[in-house]
Amino acid sequence: MKVVFFGATSGMGRSLARAMAARGDRLFLLGRSPEELLRSAADLDVYGATPVKSAVCDLLQPETFDAALASADAELGRFDTVVIAAALFGTQDQLEADPALTAAVLTADFTNTILFCEVARKLLLARGGGTLCVFSSVAGDRGRKPVILYGAAKAGLSFYLEGLDHKFRAAGLNAVCVKPGFVKTSMTSGLPSPPFACGPDDVAPRILRAIDRGTPVVYAPAIWQWVMLVIKNLPRFVMRRIGF
Amino acid sequence: MSFIPEFTIMPSTQCQTLATLSGWGRCPIVQGREIKSDDLCTASLDANLSRGLGRSYGDSSLPGRASDTVVNTTLADRLLGFDERSGILRAEAGVSLAQLNRVFLPRKWFVPVTPGTQFVTLGGAIASDVHGKNHHIDGCFGNHVLSIKLRVADGRILDCSPGIEAELFWATVGGMGLTGHILEATVQMRAIASPWIWGESERIAGLDAMIDGLRLAATQWPMTVGWIDCLARGQHLGRGILMKGRWAEVSEAPRQAAKAKGRLRVPFALPAFALNRASMKAFNFLYYRKHYQPLVQGIVDPQSFFYPLDKLDNWNLIYGRRGFTQYQCVLPYGNDNGPARRFLERFVAEGGMGFLCVIKDCGSEGRGMLSFPKSGISIAIDFPVQGAETQRFVNRLNELVAAEGGRIYLAKDTFTLAEHFRAMEPRLEAFNRVRRLWDPTGKFRSAQSIRLMGDAA
Repeated sequence: MKVVFFGATSGMGRSLARAMAARGDRLFLLGRSPEELLRSAADLDVYGATPVKSAVCDLLQPETFDAALASADAELGRFDTVVIAAALFGTQDQLEADPALTAAVLTADFTNTILFCEVARKLLLARGGGTLCVFSSVAGDRGRKPVILYGAAKAGLSFYLEGLDHKFRAAGLNAVCVKPGFVKTSMTSGLPSPPFACGPDDVAPRILRAIDRGTPVVYAPAIWQWVMLVIKNLPRFVMRRIGF
Repeated sequence: MSFIPEFTIMPSTQCQTLATLSGWGRCPIVQGREIKSDDLCTASLDANLSRGLGRSYGDSSLPGRASDTVVNTTLADRLLGFDERSGILRAEAGVSLAQLNRVFLPRKWFVPVTPGTQFVTLGGAIASDVHGKNHHIDGCFGNHVLSIKLRVADGRILDCSPGIEAELFWATVGGMGLTGHILEATVQMRAIASPWIWGESERIAGLDAMIDGLRLAATQWPMTVGWIDCLARGQHLGRGILMKGRWAEVSEAPRQAAKAKGRLRVPFALPAFALNRASMKAFNFLYYRKHYQPLVQGIVDPQSFFYPLDKLDNWNLIYGRRGFTQYQCVLPYGNDNGPARRFLERFVAEGGMGFLCVIKDCGSEGRGMLSFPKSGISIAIDFPVQGAETQRFVNRLNELVAAEGGRIYLAKDTFTLAEHFRAMEPRLEAFNRVRRLWDPTGKFRSAQSIRLMGDAA
């Protein structure tokens, strides 16, 4: 595969990118900080065999998207896979207290992520298809007290990806919506670990398999599919009472 | 306001959460502030101590005061460069030896020194200056560290090596994190002929045979270690199994590297009565007896050779809720192995119930200012914590070790008293002098440094 990877410098993105590099996929990294990009590219150079290049791309600056994807194309020579693991996060308490932060999270995780997907989708479809893998979240499966705002953005993103899958699968575009449960990364550090919490290296193989197969929705770890099935079917009077 | 587009908690909240922290022995357990971030540069700015995978047994990775902050380095695990020709690796401090083994064993490179678990971080291996089965030849981990990036108390990030800021470098090697935060390290990896071990294990009837066996094997084998039945007394005192190994030649080894094996978990802390004199005796007896042939040889997976206990995740839980401690000391050879014999005799006489006991001859003392090993016999014994009784027991062992001219290993220690530590460590003053030079206000401290090194509580 020739992969453009937005958000490979930390967390699950880092683990997934390593798994790709280790099996010989070619990678091009996009991210906000040039220094972080260089460090992660060096890391992936050791895990893989081919040198990894990168370009700056900021989820809060949609005007950077076209140029970033163009430089990826120039470097890789027609990429066939785009992964977006980049996102912003804030806890419900932080977001409620800070409207500017709320605006940033909603813009980055919903509007701008979808704008990026649109650029990538058009490029992929123009070359006969490919895979667009986007990290959404189990937070987008149901309105829940601890993730109302973040979850709302992710819910919108999940809907968008489902629509893409319906419309463009026949044309060769595999939209893969990743719904991680609680994974111990720097994003979740400081939050109390619920049951079934696991590390990023534990979920990377499952996500990679979903990309290979073009699975439209993948929960990682797998147990969250069943957890969310229950949560989605709980009546409202229960959801109002529990803190989950 | 600036945002980081990768998944990241907002820097303002870079959460100083109250976490329940303990070492591998699960005693003591404290509430403390822990920051976990893949951005060590930012996270380490105001912190009082770095902490890796928490495999030191006692309180060396625990915050010294309730208001202190420790940085957990494990998310900073990137490899920053590897030269296939020279074997020089540069990496962030939080990468574990397990991760390095996964990446490099199949490529026929191995960490220069490994302790008995691979679940330690690079930074932790340097801070504890860990040793392994090859100590008699290769010395400690710090011997193979070419340079480190260290955040010192005034906030600067310094490159230290045996050539640059050498004094600070050698205070940091084995310095238990008390000189600053290790952010990155450059290490000389070792080229190996194959990713397999040729090993030999031998049943040994008593302590003299064990120590003589270790010293003889040291002249013939690059890696040696002994296990002894620490409940055997009298003429059986020191009986056990002597293990020797070397990297296998290509012609001897299977073509493929060993596959990763599944690991088992201990699901919860076992009740205190699970480990008693009878069950420990049975374990030790069976471990000795199952080795029914006097000599076993063959090809061994390096995972089972170096890390037999890593097969069982959370094996520390078998010691129950009160936790356990490991007592590790190094004693001079003396005449007729006297010091080691007197130590084991006292251990048994004081009613010690050791579950696992590891014995190893050490090579000469390294350059780390507080590095543990020195020429002699190292003995490490695990036993459950039993309140004040354990304190009294460790005191009695420490009195003997100090009198014999030995010392204890800080990475294992939970109970040693400051007076005993001072008696064993004439090097402490020089170490503290270097610390004060770089950290005049005493920013860096741990629960252990307060207990042992005179840091203000």
